[in-house]
Amino acid sequence: MPKYLLIMRGTDESNAAMMADIDEMMATTRQFIEEMVKAGVLLAAEGLDDPGQGVVVDFSGEAPVVTDGPYGETKELFGGFFLLDVASKQEAVEWAKRVPAAPGSKIEVRRVPGSDEVPQVDK
Amino acid sequence: MGTADVEAVWRIESARIVAALTRFTGDFGLAEDAAQEAVAEALVSWPLDSPVNPAGWLMATARRRAIDAIRRRTALQDRYALLAAESPVESAVDEEIDPDRIDDDVLALMFVSCHPVLSPEARVALTLRVVGGLSSEEIARAFLVSVPTVQARITRGKKTIAAAGVPFELPPAAERRERLSGVLSVLYVIFTEGSTATSGDRLLRPDLAYEAIRLTRTLAALQPDEPEVHGLLALCELTAARFPARTGPDGSPVLLDEQDRRRWDFSAIHRGLAALAKASTRGLGPYGLQAAIAATHASAPSVEATDWDRIVVLYEALGRIAPSPVVELNRAVAVAMASGPAQALAIVDELIASDRLPGSHLVPSVRGELLARLGRRPEARAELELAARLCANQRERSVLLRKAATLS
Repeated sequence: MPKYLLIMRGTDESNAAMMADIDEMMATTRQFIEEMVKAGVLLAAEGLDDPGQGVVVDFSGEAPVVTDGPYGETKELFGGFFLLDVASKQEAVEWAKRVPAAPGSKIEVRRVPGSDEVPQVDK
Repeated sequence: MGTADVEAVWRIESARIVAALTRFTGDFGLAEDAAQEAVAEALVSWPLDSPVNPAGWLMATARRRAIDAIRRRTALQDRYALLAAESPVESAVDEEIDPDRIDDDVLALMFVSCHPVLSPEARVALTLRVVGGLSSEEIARAFLVSVPTVQARITRGKKTIAAAGVPFELPPAAERRERLSGVLSVLYVIFTEGSTATSGDRLLRPDLAYEAIRLTRTLAALQPDEPEVHGLLALCELTAARFPARTGPDGSPVLLDEQDRRRWDFSAIHRGLAALAKASTRGLGPYGLQAAIAATHASAPSVEATDWDRIVVLYEALGRIAPSPVVELNRAVAVAMASGPAQALAIVDELIASDRLPGSHLVPSVRGELLARLGRRPEARAELELAARLCANQRERSVLLRKAATLS
């Protein structure tokens, strides 16, 4: 079965709005996670730290170059994810609509192909 | 919104709506009918005008349909008077769902759908439709039966529940363990039909196996202290982890010893092992032991490097707490790997002598393999041909015939 990754994409504004009431955000998120667990669809969920704490490993040159975050020009930053095991894309989208996300943020829904979709070579 | 969007919302809400309505009306059959009417209405009206809160819309509509049905039933006048006294149906439906209660109600719904008064077919159909939110069409497709057959099973099931006066509640403590194992066995039947289709031209029905896993995860979330629930979940995850390697490019079965283990789903193995750890807290039950066997395979790099002695011991333990001829046959296969085919053949011949698996293709197919390994080719071939005649799955049958042919 295909899985779907719900990628949280926040902006500086939506992240600030979220941090303004972090307790409320934590409580609603915990409740949402519990709902997905009881529906039997949640495989993993994580939230990421402030992008300023991250580093970038750049492979454009001969050797990888490490620079401190943040990432510069990007407006929407990957801030966390939910990995879902659902029956259809529509169901993934329905769950995405229910994420307690801060106004201004976006959620990208991406399909994770199963290992059964890797082409097999006939022996 | 299209049909698939409506179905997606329904999949998520079905169990909660039917559970809340059953609690509200005290009538499981009526609740299910009302819920189905709400979905049918959603399929018509949402494509034209999709509601802001689809889940709330479904609940409110289902609740209205339930009240309509009760109004039509004169025998339920008393209850109607009770309902009519309440606030209008159109008011906030969320108030009707007590978050602390809904989990118990969903659990009660699973117990009702798997109630022992029901036929095994009705238990499967009701569980998939009511708890899983599948349509009759989807269930019919999954079990290769007609839609009217599924509908009849559901209708009969609901009548049986009503006639037997099955209460909508969690089973009393004295029956709890037994009833839980009834629920587990329904989920396992759904899973095994998905993991080895008993008939038809496909070996696997991953959609059906997925439903079973999803429902077992729900049960594990609602009954976190029951080791066997985690045991079943572990067994399903670890078995499903092998699906990508179990069929070749043309859909033909690939047996364990020939599977490309790099194709196994390692995140499913990881989840299975985590569930097995939870199942192991108080000694393993039948599902936990089967999961432990699956885990032994999942952790082995090859058939040769598998800890077959451990698998023999686990089958022996399984045979003690849940004796069955199939367990005995599997033990024979493990013994063949651990100690050689001669000892295994003795176990199989004992099974045949006691005639405990009559008509099964599994006995002659294992016996044929063992005879082949012992170099008794004509006998082996006859056994494999017999197995092919008895096997209802076309894919498995052709593998057996191919093997028989190599022995001529």
